[in-house]
Amino acid sequence: MTRSIDLTDGNVRALNTVLQRRDGNQDQAFEVLNPMGRHAIAAGCMHGLDVQVRGHVGYYCGGMNELANITVQGNAGTGLAENMMSGSVRVTGDASQSAGATGCGGLLVIEGNASSRCGISMKGIDIVVQGSVGHNSAFMAQAGRLVICGDADDGLGDSIYEAQIYVRGTAHGLGVDCVEKKMTAAHVADLQALLDQAGVSAKAGDFRRYGSARTLYNFKIDNVGAY
Amino acid sequence: MSNDQPGLRESYLFDRNTIAEIHRAADQGIYKIRGFGAKRSLPHFDDLVFLGASMSRYPLEGYREACGTNVVLGSRYAEKPLEIDIPITVAGMSFGSLSANAKEALGRGASAVGTSTTTGDGGMTKEERGHSSKLVYQYLPSRYGMNPTDLRQADAIEIVVGQGAKPGGGGMLLGHKISDRVAAMRALPAGIDQRSACRHPDWTGPDDLAIKIQELREITGWQVPIYVKVGATRTYYDTMLSVKAGADVIVVDGMQGGTAATQETFIENVGIPTLAAVRMAAEALQELGMHRTGVQLIVSGGIRSGADVAKAIALGADAVSIGTAALIALGDNRPGLAEEYAKLGTAPGFYEDWQAGNDPAGITTQTPELMARLDPVKAGQRLANYLRVLTMEAQTLARACGKSHVHNLEPEDLNALTVEAAAMAKVPLAGTNWIPGQGY
Repeated sequence: MTRSIDLTDGNVRALNTVLQRRDGNQDQAFEVLNPMGRHAIAAGCMHGLDVQVRGHVGYYCGGMNELANITVQGNAGTGLAENMMSGSVRVTGDASQSAGATGCGGLLVIEGNASSRCGISMKGIDIVVQGSVGHNSAFMAQAGRLVICGDADDGLGDSIYEAQIYVRGTAHGLGVDCVEKKMTAAHVADLQALLDQAGVSAKAGDFRRYGSARTLYNFKIDNVGAY
Repeated sequence: MSNDQPGLRESYLFDRNTIAEIHRAADQGIYKIRGFGAKRSLPHFDDLVFLGASMSRYPLEGYREACGTNVVLGSRYAEKPLEIDIPITVAGMSFGSLSANAKEALGRGASAVGTSTTTGDGGMTKEERGHSSKLVYQYLPSRYGMNPTDLRQADAIEIVVGQGAKPGGGGMLLGHKISDRVAAMRALPAGIDQRSACRHPDWTGPDDLAIKIQELREITGWQVPIYVKVGATRTYYDTMLSVKAGADVIVVDGMQGGTAATQETFIENVGIPTLAAVRMAAEALQELGMHRTGVQLIVSGGIRSGADVAKAIALGADAVSIGTAALIALGDNRPGLAEEYAKLGTAPGFYEDWQAGNDPAGITTQTPELMARLDPVKAGQRLANYLRVLTMEAQTLARACGKSHVHNLEPEDLNALTVEAAAMAKVPLAGTNWIPGQGY
């Protein structure tokens, strides 16, 4: 049974209190009505709930999510699923900047486009964007996978660590220390599994892989131009 | 050859330290990175004196008449404000920059006297959570080790916008300190020279910060206070904007604040002295009607003694925070290590290479053999002793001014010894009624 919570009165605190309840939710499925772009909707979830948000959300929807599966039927503001630990967040529309920022785990699927800094400082999260991403996506990305079915704007993967980036369209400019890498059969299989998990119809073999050249890992005078 | 030898005249502009740095830069081709804090001479609390009680003020009797020192932090919005027994807290220092034993010692020492300690740019370790009865969890641009479980274990959250040693700069941790454990906590490859981001990844400016604070409160159930820490620069405006964004507590770190690893040019040339910053922050809170009532002010950067504590509070701080002094209390730069320091080309009183990872005191290192040298129990006791002394000294000065609580100290209790200090602290130059900038 799905429990409906209406945010017309703007009581995000009441919503999150219900979703975070530690004593075991009676309800495992929720729908959030009239979110009207409010911030921090379903932030801090910590149980394996199914949360359907019927409308647009503001900043930090699904922030630090653990275990919950959250779907936003609309667009999302800044910091969607920031620092997510596990579970999943799906947005049927577009996502604003810093989607999936610093995420440590779980799966973020953006069915539309993502703005700048998508996956910034990501630490293990998987992000699949069906559209394109803005500039400086995967900036300082440490771990995890960022999959871009469309194009990537300038500065992709700037100062990247060990995260993996896959792009099907055009990467308009790679950031410092980000380079194209060989797409092996293992990578194709790995990516295809992720695309399938995300419910995205795409062939892994159509993607290019990018990652760190690892030339900036230690201070060197030869790199002075990059500091 | 002594520099006192007649006829040998050292250049003021190109003194030996300057010449040595030019040679070092020419040899190495990279800026100097070091620990500690600003070493240049700056206007500081030493330039202020208290006006003890006299005809018009009654002093309190030491040992017989109480002088309170407790501080409640975060009463604005948090359901569980953090109450500390003394007006001195331990500042944020990361596991990674410090050894696990050092973090444990800080927790033990702070807990013994009823105050808080603070995590740093690297997440929360079980050692410091386990041994800190009151722990503030820093929320930094890097978000290393950030997770909701630890966030909910914290007694307060400190959003770090900047620090006094490097306002506008991100953290550094050089490769020899990125052990496997440190690397795992930060999700980084071991052995790299880590450069933390200097801007938060998902918010920009005070309007966004207000929404970020709302999110953190939602995740933690509005239970614990949220601090905002800034390096001292445009302190009046930073304080105003932090309050507007919804902070419970403002932490202002002056340019004398310490660091484990920062470019020296940053340490010595960016920010304003703590003395100036504390008054600017306090005035902003006063204008907002929040001073001593709604939003608390913690000041750090060069606090060494109970006199510094009392003077910072008199100028408007609710509490102070110590970092460098806390490490010295644990055993950093102690004379007994002279032989070991000599092997590193330095000496007690001069050791600043906290970035290097070869600290013979076992404090700023991740090398197991060196870490083992620091007994966290004994070091914690040393810190507790030091914190007690600071508190007693501050009480002594407050009683002398007739105050039954250190928070009753006020700028009127102070005079300045230099024109610069008078201008920054906005108290009269001793022997005059003159506050520079406020008429004649």
